[in-house]
Amino acid sequence: MTARSLVDRAGTALALVIVAGVFGALIGPQFFAPGNLELMARQTAIVSMAAIGMTIVIIAGGIDLSVGSIIALSTVVIALLLRMGVSPVMAAAGSVIAGALCGLVNGVLITQLRVVPFIVTLGTMLVIRGAAKGLAEERRIEAPVTWLNDLLRVPRGGALLPSGIWAVIALALIIAGLLRYTRFGRHVFAIGSNERMARLCGVAITRTKIVVYVLTAAFAGFGGLLQFSKLSVGDPTVAVGLELDVIAAVIIGGGSLAGGRGTVAGTLIGAAIMTVIQIGCSQQGLANWVQQIVTGGIIVAAVALDRMRTTAV
Amino acid sequence: MTDQPDCRLKAEVTSSEERPEAARPSANSWLAPGGRPRFEMRGIRKAFGATTALDGVDLAVAPGEICGLIGQNGAGKSTLMSVLAGALVPDAGAMSIDGQPYAPGSPIEGRRAGVAMIYQELSLAPHLTVMENILLGAEPTRYGMLDRPRMRELARRALADLGHDDIPPDAPVSTLSVAAQQLVEIARALAVGCRVLVLDEPTSSLGRRDVERLFALLRRLKAQGHAIVYISHFIEEVKEVADRFIVLRDGRNAGGGPTAGTSHDAIVALMVGSSVANLFPRSPRRPGDAILEVTALEPGSASFTLYRGEILGIAGLIGSGRTRLLRTLFGLAPVRAGRVRMAAFEGAATPHARWRQGMGMLSEDRKEEGLALALDIADNLTLTRLSSFGAAGLLSPSRQRAAASRWIERMDIKCAGASQSAGELSGGNQQKIAIARLLQHDVDVLVLDEPTRGIDVGSKAQIYRLIDALVADTPGRAPKAILMVSSYLPELLGLCDRIAVMSRGRLGAPLPADAISEHQLMVAATGGATGA
Repeated sequence: MTARSLVDRAGTALALVIVAGVFGALIGPQFFAPGNLELMARQTAIVSMAAIGMTIVIIAGGIDLSVGSIIALSTVVIALLLRMGVSPVMAAAGSVIAGALCGLVNGVLITQLRVVPFIVTLGTMLVIRGAAKGLAEERRIEAPVTWLNDLLRVPRGGALLPSGIWAVIALALIIAGLLRYTRFGRHVFAIGSNERMARLCGVAITRTKIVVYVLTAAFAGFGGLLQFSKLSVGDPTVAVGLELDVIAAVIIGGGSLAGGRGTVAGTLIGAAIMTVIQIGCSQQGLANWVQQIVTGGIIVAAVALDRMRTTAV
Repeated sequence: MTDQPDCRLKAEVTSSEERPEAARPSANSWLAPGGRPRFEMRGIRKAFGATTALDGVDLAVAPGEICGLIGQNGAGKSTLMSVLAGALVPDAGAMSIDGQPYAPGSPIEGRRAGVAMIYQELSLAPHLTVMENILLGAEPTRYGMLDRPRMRELARRALADLGHDDIPPDAPVSTLSVAAQQLVEIARALAVGCRVLVLDEPTSSLGRRDVERLFALLRRLKAQGHAIVYISHFIEEVKEVADRFIVLRDGRNAGGGPTAGTSHDAIVALMVGSSVANLFPRSPRRPGDAILEVTALEPGSASFTLYRGEILGIAGLIGSGRTRLLRTLFGLAPVRAGRVRMAAFEGAATPHARWRQGMGMLSEDRKEEGLALALDIADNLTLTRLSSFGAAGLLSPSRQRAAASRWIERMDIKCAGASQSAGELSGGNQQKIAIARLLQHDVDVLVLDEPTRGIDVGSKAQIYRLIDALVADTPGRAPKAILMVSSYLPELLGLCDRIAVMSRGRLGAPLPADAISEHQLMVAATGGATGA
């Protein structure tokens, strides 16, 4: 394998190794201690979960700006359900269903009104945020303590990772398989790569797009579940602006806003890069503003490098 | 198609015919106007990769002259005008304007030298006002601020020069009719001091009255001493407005002459030239069952029946509605009226349903619609029938690649393998993938829009053989039915069993291909003779 094809195939992973290497050199070997790695995994779980869904919509040539609001709404939904005495399993399912319904609205509006997804989801971002606040009566909703609060806790006993992280990994594998080994997955790539061609080839564009937005929002609902687990309350004001971190993870991971490109593995690495910078900076004692500048620089550099790589052929 | 054309006229026109208004001392009176030309292009050559678009073309136009530039689609007219405008740098040849050497490196340099192009698609800023558009890039200022009163005055004067002071300088351009927008564009060209005005198919979206007003304006500009190049498919229009015409064919000067006294037929003969050698195989064919029946389909008022084992061609100029007809049949454009029956299925259908009914379409626009260039060959080739690579929505990428590899081999597609992305291949190989998709799906009716546009000769020949084999009378296999549109007439005549001509949005009745000539097709397509 030549150096070039190595960079092509593993460019994002290479970037993660470099970033982690820099912080490892600055901070010392304790940066790679199992406890620290697990801390990073827990830190990145919410963004990663939502970013798996965002990968699908970005490959399809769309975007979903409403995921931050959906996360907030689903924390509220879980808290309310738990207070009503619903079982934890059903409350968790409720959060994912709430997310999926938001996605259904997005998908139907985008395909039926023929308004670009950026605008539709910008609107629903506000609508869903407002709905979450209304549902919670602008308060945090306290909920009885259940095992749902332990999804991102340090595991006791033999489990290597918290169950929430295992869920991210399992769902990532499922979506990676869905994109590669199903008709739906290839249709998503076809629509994102060239929608006119997909139409010519008889791909059911409306139906596929609606499913894409439902899936993306359902993953935001999963993200909301993890968020609730971390907060242990339903908070309608949480995750403001998180959609941008989620989109950044997909883009750093090789996704293209023009559609047709992106991988689940790349996205997870993209999310990991952002977390390594975050935690590395704070453990190095660097201020929050430094890590923001570094993350911003990485986003632009990742896309610029990718562009150079693809146009140099 | 009543008149038998007279090809002998060609020789008479090409030679310098001594006519009072065209009597010039030059050896090629049709090539160089009398006196000093406003601009002159000599021996212009331009190649794109392996294809030569212009092969030593000459063109000169005098001040106060309108010269019609005529040629089939792909004859090199647009390339020649892009060279003149500075958008393309020629590989060889020289140009001059008013005797000064002229070698523009960019369209801006062309504009500064006084060359203005008016394209078919207008290039105005729709949200700006008429005067802002006219003076775009040349706005008068006072103390660094826009001098609006002066702008209004300059714009008004420019429009008055055109004899159209009825257009309000303060109106946003988007509120004007297409004809008025075109005038604004011409006014802009004049306001920046153009000496050479090129109009590319200016009448394609105008009504008859607006066309007459445009012609009156062109005569007025001619009287003011401008040199005008008028590009059109419509020979009657060229005859009406131009003094002289030049015909390009296959990137060369095919001839020219004064428009007065040259017949429509004689000009068509120059456009068509002699037919190329027989590239086109013809296996024995035996028409079978009717598989596609179209009755009074709108747009196009098309009626025809397509049989298994035959190729039905549709001739016509770009923009005549051919592509729209195919798209309507395939469900990519709405059916306005009329009936379609595809095999046992009656009525309009989506592309999704058409594939299931056994109809597949090849788009004329390979890059924008035909293929997903970023995806790999296997995905592109198998997209319409992924269900054959796994049950219950699942998909086996290895089986997908294996199927693609079979077609790569059978169709001799030059590539690194089924997982190479389609965008990395040459045009001819890309087109083979787009066609292989129809074969992989195994459709009964192939709807082909410009199947050989922009591809090399070798690939063309392979595609011709392939198309012929699909309709050949082979024992034990039902032949396919093919409906195809092409701008390249020899291709239609060589491949098709029957040909129908589309002209100005209406489809004529199909005629047996062996009973019509290329000349007759061109006459019908350009609105002559039968008038369609």
